[in-house]
Amino acid sequence: MGLSIAAATGLYGISFGALSIAAGLSLAQTMALSLLMFTGGSQFAFIGVIAGGGTGAAALGAASLLGVRNAVYGLQMSRLIAPRGPWRWLAAHWTIDESAATASSQIDASEQRRGFWVAGAGVFLLWNLFTLAGALLGDALGDPRRFGLDGAAVAAFLGLLWPRLRAREPVALALVCGLVTAAAVPWLPAGLPILLAAAVGAIWGWWRSRARPALASVPDSSGSPS
Amino acid sequence: MSPGLWGWIALACAIAYASKLLGYGLPAHWLSNPRMGQITTSLTVALLASLTMMNTLASGTHLAFDARLGALLAAAVALWLRLPFLAVVVIGALACALLRWWHM
Repeated sequence: MGLSIAAATGLYGISFGALSIAAGLSLAQTMALSLLMFTGGSQFAFIGVIAGGGTGAAALGAASLLGVRNAVYGLQMSRLIAPRGPWRWLAAHWTIDESAATASSQIDASEQRRGFWVAGAGVFLLWNLFTLAGALLGDALGDPRRFGLDGAAVAAFLGLLWPRLRAREPVALALVCGLVTAAAVPWLPAGLPILLAAAVGAIWGWWRSRARPALASVPDSSGSPS
Repeated sequence: MSPGLWGWIALACAIAYASKLLGYGLPAHWLSNPRMGQITTSLTVALLASLTMMNTLASGTHLAFDARLGALLAAAVALWLRLPFLAVVVIGALACALLRWWHM
């Protein structure tokens, strides 16, 4: 399982690096996102808004909202792996979909701890190496549209969404938010339609939580990375 | 690039780290309550759906129906066939590039 997660991360990192350069970020800015933000979904959101002509503030809003789920993982991990002292600071940085899913999929406490640290360290290393490779490749390719890199961005976001559509309810929510976004694009400044869809999602979640108990928030480890 | 974008990047990275750290510091009952879990799950689906749609249709502040729709369709088929993430991304790019080339 560790190997397949690592391979997926590598390939996913190449896409991020190339798309970030295509969005107009510099190599240093691309690497700063992978080293310091280190949460793929938020990084894709950030460059996705910039690529669409949105402001830095809108990019920050979309990336930060997508990162909220990491707080939930952090809570689960602080119980499962109970890092002490300075390890807690590192554990927080490495708390992402992949490490949380790997730890949660183990039953034995020492295996949970091992799974978290191995997945966290491995993904951090590969994610950054492959971001660099993708960014250099993106630089060499030149005009991104000629190679369909804008189509690659579409595919990447659908790939992140797909593993979360296993029930009827998230499919309905995704369709509503897609329609809201399309309807809002001609009327709002670039980047804001995404925040409008986020508001719809939050209200939907709040409303649904009154109707029935919450779904599990950690994705299973076989899904696509995010 | 402008120094302004660097500022937004630094701030976004700080917020991302703060969100992760928050989970290690908050009282357990706050985030583990079912309502927070449901809101977080829905928020993630909403944002990813919106980002997918924006990257497919938006061209600045206009809607454009172009080769990117083909990329969306091709990626959906690839995901339905359970292909790995990079294959999905490459198929999306290929579909888009081919449609554009064929149209010109």
